[in-house]
Amino acid sequence: MQIHKYDTVIVGAGGAGMRAAIESTKRSRTAVLTKLYPTRSHTGAAQGGMAAALANVEEDNWEWHTFDTIKGGDYLVDQDAAEILAKEAIDAVLDLEKMGLPFGRTPEGRIDQRRFGGHTRSHGEAPVRRACYSGDRTGHMILQTLYQNCVKEGVEFFNEFYVLDQLITEVDGVKKSAGVVAYELATGEIHVFQAKSVIYASGGTGKFFKVTSNAHTLTGDGQAACYRRGLPLEDMEFFQFHPTGIWRMGILLTEGARGEGGILRNKDGERFMEKYAPVMKDLASRDVVSRSIYTEIREGRGCGPAGDHVYLDLTHLPPEQLDAKLPDITEFARTYLGIEPYTDPIPIQPTAHYAMGGIPTNVEGEVLADNTTVVPGLYAAGEVACVSVHGANRLGTNSLLDINVFGKRSGIAAAEYATKSDFVELPENPGQLVAEQVERLRNSTGTERVADLRTELQECMDANVMVFRTEQTIKTAVAKIAELRERYLNVSIQDKGKRFNTDLLEAIELGNLLDLAEVMAVSALARKESRGGHYREDYPNRDDVNFMRHTMAYREVAADGAESIRLDYKPVVTTRYQPMERKY
Amino acid sequence: MATPTLDKTDKAEAGFADSPFIMATFRIRRFNPEVSDEAQWQDFQIEIDPKERVLDALHKIKWELDGTLTFRRSCAHGICGSDAMRINGKNRLACKTLIKDINPDKPITVEAIKGLTVLKDLVVDMDPFFQAYHDVMPFLITKGNEPTRERLQSPEDRERFDDTTKCILCAACTSSCPVFWNDGQYFGPAAIVNAHRFIFDSRDEAGEQRLEILNDRDGVWRCRTTFNCTDACPRGIEVTKAIQEVKRALITRRF
Ligand SMILES: Cc1cc2nc3c(=O)[nH]c(=O)nc-3n(C[C@H](O)[C@H](O)[C@H](O)COP(=O)(O)OP(=O)(O)OC[C@H]3O[C@@H](n4cnc5c(N)ncnc54)[C@H](O)[C@@H]3O)c2cc1C
Ligand code: SF4
Ligand code: FES
Repeated sequence: MQIHKYDTVIVGAGGAGMRAAIESTKRSRTAVLTKLYPTRSHTGAAQGGMAAALANVEEDNWEWHTFDTIKGGDYLVDQDAAEILAKEAIDAVLDLEKMGLPFGRTPEGRIDQRRFGGHTRSHGEAPVRRACYSGDRTGHMILQTLYQNCVKEGVEFFNEFYVLDQLITEVDGVKKSAGVVAYELATGEIHVFQAKSVIYASGGTGKFFKVTSNAHTLTGDGQAACYRRGLPLEDMEFFQFHPTGIWRMGILLTEGARGEGGILRNKDGERFMEKYAPVMKDLASRDVVSRSIYTEIREGRGCGPAGDHVYLDLTHLPPEQLDAKLPDITEFARTYLGIEPYTDPIPIQPTAHYAMGGIPTNVEGEVLADNTTVVPGLYAAGEVACVSVHGANRLGTNSLLDINVFGKRSGIAAAEYATKSDFVELPENPGQLVAEQVERLRNSTGTERVADLRTELQECMDANVMVFRTEQTIKTAVAKIAELRERYLNVSIQDKGKRFNTDLLEAIELGNLLDLAEVMAVSALARKESRGGHYREDYPNRDDVNFMRHTMAYREVAADGAESIRLDYKPVVTTRYQPMERKY
Repeated sequence: MATPTLDKTDKAEAGFADSPFIMATFRIRRFNPEVSDEAQWQDFQIEIDPKERVLDALHKIKWELDGTLTFRRSCAHGICGSDAMRINGKNRLACKTLIKDINPDKPITVEAIKGLTVLKDLVVDMDPFFQAYHDVMPFLITKGNEPTRERLQSPEDRERFDDTTKCILCAACTSSCPVFWNDGQYFGPAAIVNAHRFIFDSRDEAGEQRLEILNDRDGVWRCRTTFNCTDACPRGIEVTKAIQEVKRALITRRF
């Protein structure tokens, strides 16, 4: 076991991690631990754009952006945080341009902007062009640009290091972060990183669903590491189902396709969104569109022999426009479906996309141990975190924004904290938990297979806690997850080696998914209302009296070792916008 | 306006509906120095829908037959660059290659990309590849004071280097290049593509420096214009053309 010492350790090298690294490397000795080579991170999959009220193509301002974010999040957004997001958006985009990001340009040479769901002029009057983009590979360009600037700044990366445990030491009754424990893929060695500050930027958890736009590697490792050490997870019941995933595969077709004029149609060719959202139509917010699609499917207006999908129709758009603005997604349709989007509509269905919930933080990125107490030295940013700027439903283009704004903020805050603090003593045997976990899996002679359990989990989640939920379906999920967690104790792996043992890591990742799926289901069961991405058919209305509050889920371990989840709630920060009914 | 009708749309569905599963043989080059110093071919027979990806087949083998089979992957749709490998002798991304497109009637060979050290099965050492990338200074370099707003760039100037911004650093090009196989010191096409991305960006002011780096004996002049790289690139980048443009810029010093 090796021990390393750094001022600041960043877990993850996606957009949030690298944005943080650029700041913290300038201010403190920083190491970035990442399970993937930085440029493999899923930020690179983002297509449509990054929101900022630059007003380059039409009138816009950050106050409208703040309002849209809050309304889009169904009033579960912390309004102080949303205001920071919208205000700092402008500099976040300009920073990226100065770092070299090749944005699409207007004829005058300014950064071009396009429409995106839920972004409006004058508090909902009409769609506004707020999304800055680079074709339909904005995320790719953000990831590349940030990596390029990390190279420039000499950021130190530990590639293919999996962080599996968060170290916490109690000092004078205060829980402080002491560092992290990582597993090196190439060698199987366990490394302890002692650090004054730790920033989690390890991304989402989408892999507990089957039809998802998320990468195989998005298994919620950071959320799970903190949760297991007694830290809460906020609003985990809120997961976004993006309306347009490629049928059965889940590969995303950006909302930008509808921003460019694409239309959703049912089997009769009807533009059904006109019924559900008369003003915003196909560009209503994602939860609304996803539910509308499933309503069409359930009422027998779905397409195909099984009636299990609808169409995204781009055939009326000029091929030149598709080539210029949507080259990647049209190629996905050709590659994976054998469909020519110039002439044929594309079969789509909602796909599990984005975790609104995560590790609770304040606006400096400091992690919360409860509703108010921060954990000194511990930070989180990006999809792993819950600030909460997305509330119950994230608006498109607000996440690429989130990773830049809060990546930067947490990078600065963590480095500044590190330069004025001392190292916290490591707990005794810091690598023990990970070493035991690894040894148990390597030596297990159990009869369960990782792939079987993972498939059963994904199918259960798709069937029971996706776009529509009821008490009964969620209870089914809770019971199934409990069964799978039990069976997980009996999994074994075939690869017993030390070198590049991905068999072992998939087993560990499954353990994380099971823990987080349970938190999601238990949180969803208790939320007896419908809000944003969480839709309860048995409670179809929003209930501001009882539920305008954030869920805080804690792992509890009884004296006899029995584990359970304790739910608590945290008030929403409301500044200037009182909750209203959400109409599009 | 074209409105979808049922008969027009059924291509995809019909394809899925009547696609029978087939038996396919995957012949995979295995190597694990913890077990043996020798690499060897191993055959796996699986039942699979030919419309699935080679990556799906590899997962099926790993998850159902042999958990020790090792490869990198993440996004599964051709944007992260993790899974370049030699499939039937050609460099491709496993997640962008459908089984039906590579003749599953015969055994499908899968092996690690060439020219980089194999560490285990399909996993190679990427460090030399990323080192070459770092060496071309792959970041925007500007002089003088920063403007308060964005730098202006016309759509035409933006278009000039669009092709080479698409690179996902998968190494399919570099590891298909015979010059690189023979001499690992050669920068290789991917590094040149990324230099091109900045040399032809109207905002960048270090084109001369980058050109000098590529003027080196291990630089662009080693390229023999075999076009392997262009064929291999999963992003459809005209790699050879980009290299030619860099060569031309070196001669004319105009870019
Ligand atoms: C297909 C798709 C399209 C999208 N389009 C848009 C869009 O147009 N606009 C928008 O605003 N948002 C979009 N989003 C959402 C947005 O892209 C993501 O939420 C955001 O990029 C997440 O960034 P991140 O830095 O938090 O995480 P990621 O980019 O996922 O990075 C996670 C990092 O953590 C590392 N990591 C994970 N686990 C560990 C571990 N155990 N140890 C060490 N390292 C670890 C990984 O290696 C990786 O580097 C899209 C998302 C998807 C999936
Ligand atoms: S140029 Fe193409 S083949 Fe080469 S690394 Fe980039 S994406 Fe891969
Ligand atoms: S898995 Fe990402 S490119 Fe193939």
